[in-house]
Amino acid sequence: MSDPAERKGISRRGLIGAAGAAVATGVAGYAAHSVLAGEASQAADANGPVEFHGPHQAGIVTAVQDRLHFAAFDVTTTKRDELVALLKEWTAAAALLTAGRDIGQYGAVNGPGEAPPEDTGEAVGLPPARLTLTIGFGPSLFDKRFGLAGKRPAALVDLPHFIGDDLDPNRSGGDIAVQACSDDPQVAVHAIRNLARIGFGRVAVRYSQLGFGRTSSTSRAQTTPRNLFGFKDGTNNLKLEDADKLEQQVWVQPGDGAEWMAGGSYLVARRIRMNIEIWDRTSLGEQETIIGRGKGTGAPLGKADEFDPIDFAAKNADGEAKIPMDSHIRLAHPQFNNGAELLRRGYNFVDGSDGLGRLDAGLFFLAYQRDPRKQFIPVQTQLARTDTLNEYIHHVGSGIFACPGGVTPGSYWGEKLFA
Amino acid sequence: MSRSKTLKAATVGVVLGLAALTACAEDQPAATDDGTGPVTVKATDSSCDLSRRDVKSGTSTFSVSNGGSKVTEFYVYAEGDRVMGEVENIGPGLKRDLIVELPTGKYHAVCKPGMVGDGIRGDLTVAGDAPAQVDEDTLLKQATESYQRYVNSQAVALEQKTTEFVDAVKAGDVAKAKALFPVSRTYWERIEPVAESFGDLDPKIDARVNDVEPGTEWTGYHRIEQALWEKNSTAGMAKYADQLLVDVKTVVAKAKVVKLNPLQLANGAKELLDEVATGKITGEEDRYSHTDLWDFQANVEGSQAAIQALRPALQKRDAALVSALDTNFKAVFAAVDKYREGDGFKPYNVTDAEKKQLGQVVDGLAEPVSKVAAVIAKK
Repeated sequence: MSDPAERKGISRRGLIGAAGAAVATGVAGYAAHSVLAGEASQAADANGPVEFHGPHQAGIVTAVQDRLHFAAFDVTTTKRDELVALLKEWTAAAALLTAGRDIGQYGAVNGPGEAPPEDTGEAVGLPPARLTLTIGFGPSLFDKRFGLAGKRPAALVDLPHFIGDDLDPNRSGGDIAVQACSDDPQVAVHAIRNLARIGFGRVAVRYSQLGFGRTSSTSRAQTTPRNLFGFKDGTNNLKLEDADKLEQQVWVQPGDGAEWMAGGSYLVARRIRMNIEIWDRTSLGEQETIIGRGKGTGAPLGKADEFDPIDFAAKNADGEAKIPMDSHIRLAHPQFNNGAELLRRGYNFVDGSDGLGRLDAGLFFLAYQRDPRKQFIPVQTQLARTDTLNEYIHHVGSGIFACPGGVTPGSYWGEKLFA
Repeated sequence: MSRSKTLKAATVGVVLGLAALTACAEDQPAATDDGTGPVTVKATDSSCDLSRRDVKSGTSTFSVSNGGSKVTEFYVYAEGDRVMGEVENIGPGLKRDLIVELPTGKYHAVCKPGMVGDGIRGDLTVAGDAPAQVDEDTLLKQATESYQRYVNSQAVALEQKTTEFVDAVKAGDVAKAKALFPVSRTYWERIEPVAESFGDLDPKIDARVNDVEPGTEWTGYHRIEQALWEKNSTAGMAKYADQLLVDVKTVVAKAKVVKLNPLQLANGAKELLDEVATGKITGEEDRYSHTDLWDFQANVEGSQAAIQALRPALQKRDAALVSALDTNFKAVFAAVDKYREGDGFKPYNVTDAEKKQLGQVVDGLAEPVSKVAAVIAKK
């Protein structure tokens, strides 16, 4: 997006009036036109926009929105210039979408009657709703098709098989991933739908995943939400306030290898099916010892408050560890993983039922990190081996993506990769 | 396989004074029944004749001979099919003794030719002084003793049948090995929560291919299952067969001396149904042989054995729950009975609609079973 004027697009909130519609929407009129590149106004308004441009991509440390639509794409064109052209078009559209505007010159309803609308229209009247769009490139993009083999970062490894993995190839992998997060589900879906449409002939959706409730907080201003096991999840997550830790654990640093990734981050996505029916028949005491936290407070076992420090050495009267040796919070804790942490921003999902009378429910796990070889892989290896929670979950989808640094006005998603 | 934690705390090393002992007595002639000696039981494929059906309270001996062509089992059940004593795996032409302590009351004596179904049932009356009123703590203690007898008998049969399976694999007898595979697993699946409480043995014995970590060798039942059904061969399987028997013997030795508490019985009963719901109904467990329904039945039988052991205590505390358990166990067995074929089950190649039906009855049973632990824990 080189031309700030182009980014004005058509305001969804102002659209009806501008088009001369007879019925006013009753919306107070979101001041969309004030949101131009460079104007920081994010998060002040719960329905407002999150700045698309910046040193890092939005949607990573951004305070986690309530809803997710995640899509993985296969690149169907074999021409590098077509792929680059698509990324430029996507970037332009993403800037408009995240600002709460229709895409295209005419938007959803102002174009010629003979032409299909440029924007699909279901977000007309809706606010930006803190939409973020975050792109990542999968290992398969770095094959021979586009001459990128030499640019594949060493950290963008193929994930190993973890014990118990039951991966569906149709829900795994992908050349490109786009994570759309918003506080309004329709805004997130609208974004993915329109990007997919722009991509026809060059990319095709490989799989997509809706998430209806955040399972982590990435800001101390947010409360800790609950996952579908009913437990608070992400209490000890990395938070956007921890600037030093983000540099150590989340953002790829110059010199980490693959210079085009500096300022970026590696995303691991895992579709984790939960056997919620089985879990629900498990006693409260066992649920709590499996997790290592109280279900009500979220406090580590033996403590009173959610944010009390975890005392892994504490013992019960019978000499057993208060936080059991095979509890989830112990096995996943940085103290037992060489200091490795993850920035998690996963979502609950229920994709209908599974045909066997059970809900197809679980957690779509999304974690950002500086180097999966030192973070997700060793942590998950340990969890897969010994976490009692494995009785109640299985991993059915998997992807890893290199998410480059942020987009500055005039540049496009992945520009440094294709430079 | 799974990695359940409920039973991990089970302490090992205490040898139980078993109230029921089984002994092989092949060469002993049948005693004439003078009303005081052993009760002789003549089992065939279609009959279960006892020399008398009245015994005195205290220790009784049942001398069971199998004149049929199928392997049989003999049980003495109290109300609700609570196992008072049993002998497993009585082959054609064999004779085994069941020595069991029976208080005054009404019982069922049951032969199970082919080791399946409700069996051939007859009444057994135990007369004598009225049993002393026992308090609930005693009932719970009796529950664990009763269930430990069950575990012991299953463990003995597990070792015997796994030995036969392993012998068939090593002899290259594919057909025999295939026939013995689901039979030997039956005893494993009945006591799985106990067996898998012994740490690393469960993955070695029962891991499915995707349960194995890269760099670790895949061993156990399912490793051999894959060769038998996918390649129709036992080539290269001898070492896995040997290892399986070593591992099973280790489990059996530990299972025979495991000491359990009533809460572990209740949780074990629930976990067995979790196993059915997650592994068996989906067909993941026996993905090459499709013998999942054998495992399904065995898991439910094992669950029922633990619940029945707790039954007298449960009856005192929550009779409505006992009634719900009885109804739902019946419903599950009825649902799986539809798939019987010969002495076993049809291959588990069923439609999603059929899987859903099985899932529904298991869910219906698992809910009341999951309530047992809290009732047992109540003071």
